[in-house]
Amino acid sequence: MRPKELQCIITFHTTTEAMQLEQAAKTVGFGGRIIPVPREITAGCGLAWRDSIDARAALIDMMMEQKLSYDKIVELII
Amino acid sequence: MIYLDNAATSLYKPEAVAEAVFRALHSVGNSGRGAHDASLQSGRIMLQTRSLLSELFKVGDPSRVVFTSNATESLNIAILGLLQPGDHCITSAMEHNSVLRPLYLLESLGLELTILPISEKGCMDLAEIEKAIKPNTKAIVVTHASNVTGNVNDIDGIGELCKKNNLRLILDASQTAGILPIDMKKMNLAALCCSGHKGLMGPQGTGVLALGEGVMPVVQKTGGTGVDSFSHTMPTELPEALEAGTQNIHGLAGLLEACKYNKEYGQEKIYQKSMLLARTFIRGVKALPGVTLYGDYEAALRVPVVALNLRDIASGELSDELFTRFGIATRAGVHCAPLLHEDYHTAGQGMVRFSFSHFNSEQEVEKAITALRLLEEEYR
Repeated sequence: MRPKELQCIITFHTTTEAMQLEQAAKTVGFGGRIIPVPREITAGCGLAWRDSIDARAALIDMMMEQKLSYDKIVELII
Repeated sequence: MIYLDNAATSLYKPEAVAEAVFRALHSVGNSGRGAHDASLQSGRIMLQTRSLLSELFKVGDPSRVVFTSNATESLNIAILGLLQPGDHCITSAMEHNSVLRPLYLLESLGLELTILPISEKGCMDLAEIEKAIKPNTKAIVVTHASNVTGNVNDIDGIGELCKKNNLRLILDASQTAGILPIDMKKMNLAALCCSGHKGLMGPQGTGVLALGEGVMPVVQKTGGTGVDSFSHTMPTELPEALEAGTQNIHGLAGLLEACKYNKEYGQEKIYQKSMLLARTFIRGVKALPGVTLYGDYEAALRVPVVALNLRDIASGELSDELFTRFGIATRAGVHCAPLLHEDYHTAGQGMVRFSFSHFNSEQEVEKAITALRLLEEEYR
């Protein structure tokens, strides 16, 4: 198993929001990826964006600039 | 076969559409049901398709493009989800049963319904609509173009009326999506309903419901979305709020390529070429004795759909002769538009509908005219 570390996690209301963020983040060049939403956040299903903690501020800027919707941004050791 | 039934569905499609469906059948998973690549690829296809449709119809936000199985489902969601008993709604005798039947269902529950007759120009009369507006009028539900005569309603004008009177405009764009320009904002549309397999030339089983800003129909279909599974209710956010269950992703992969084709080849070219064929056909058949053409077949703006009768020959019989002897596929009967046929006094005879694609050729049109000429001589 990969060692756990502090990560920036973004959750969404819908899969469409997740796909929109993935598309935008990849275009800009973020290194994160889509993961199943961690159970620490919700036991329900869904997708989340996982990225390095250093990327948090830039991700927020990008989401605001591009008016991308999301549910929550949390920092989590996973 | 000479396929002239494009108003029912497109038979000739861009090659990339079929290839995309084939590829998707072998490669994509279920959107939103996992973070593995098969599932994500499916989600990416859906997002790209929403984005291109949003651009095509000037929706303003891909999240307001909802996928359905066909235009009928889109119309059911919009009509049943935006109107309620006690409301008044205006529609026209031009409509298809996909509009009329949801409205009749609501009428049986207490909706007040006004059905306006068809004008001499084969479409809705703006002054008549304005006269029909009442204090409890909530919506106008109307087709962009008749699936029988090809006549086009003035949606810009109806949209202005709706704006002025604070009404919702629900548009059935089954015969125009992919053929005529549609601008949701400019037309003031609350809901745009269309199929993906007619003018857009995507696969059957794909439909689109695009919603105006702030428009949210009452959810009628609930189920899995892949998100927030312990919740007893659907997500409140579009588009998934209206997309319960597994979507037709294989079909949407084809629709994506169809949208790319529309953009790259050019909708205007698609329209001009198909209309050139329709006008050639009209010129050829209107000179034949015994032929009756319906609607305003010389209107400057129309879609490539032409309906006719030959003397008093039953439309089914004529259509069958055209197919069995000449290999020409047309559509007979009343085309799920009962009120239009009552208006034109053709409920018994029906009409034979010829509908053209830009993939048809002038030679095919000439063969259809020749076939009608021969049949006319035989039936004298």
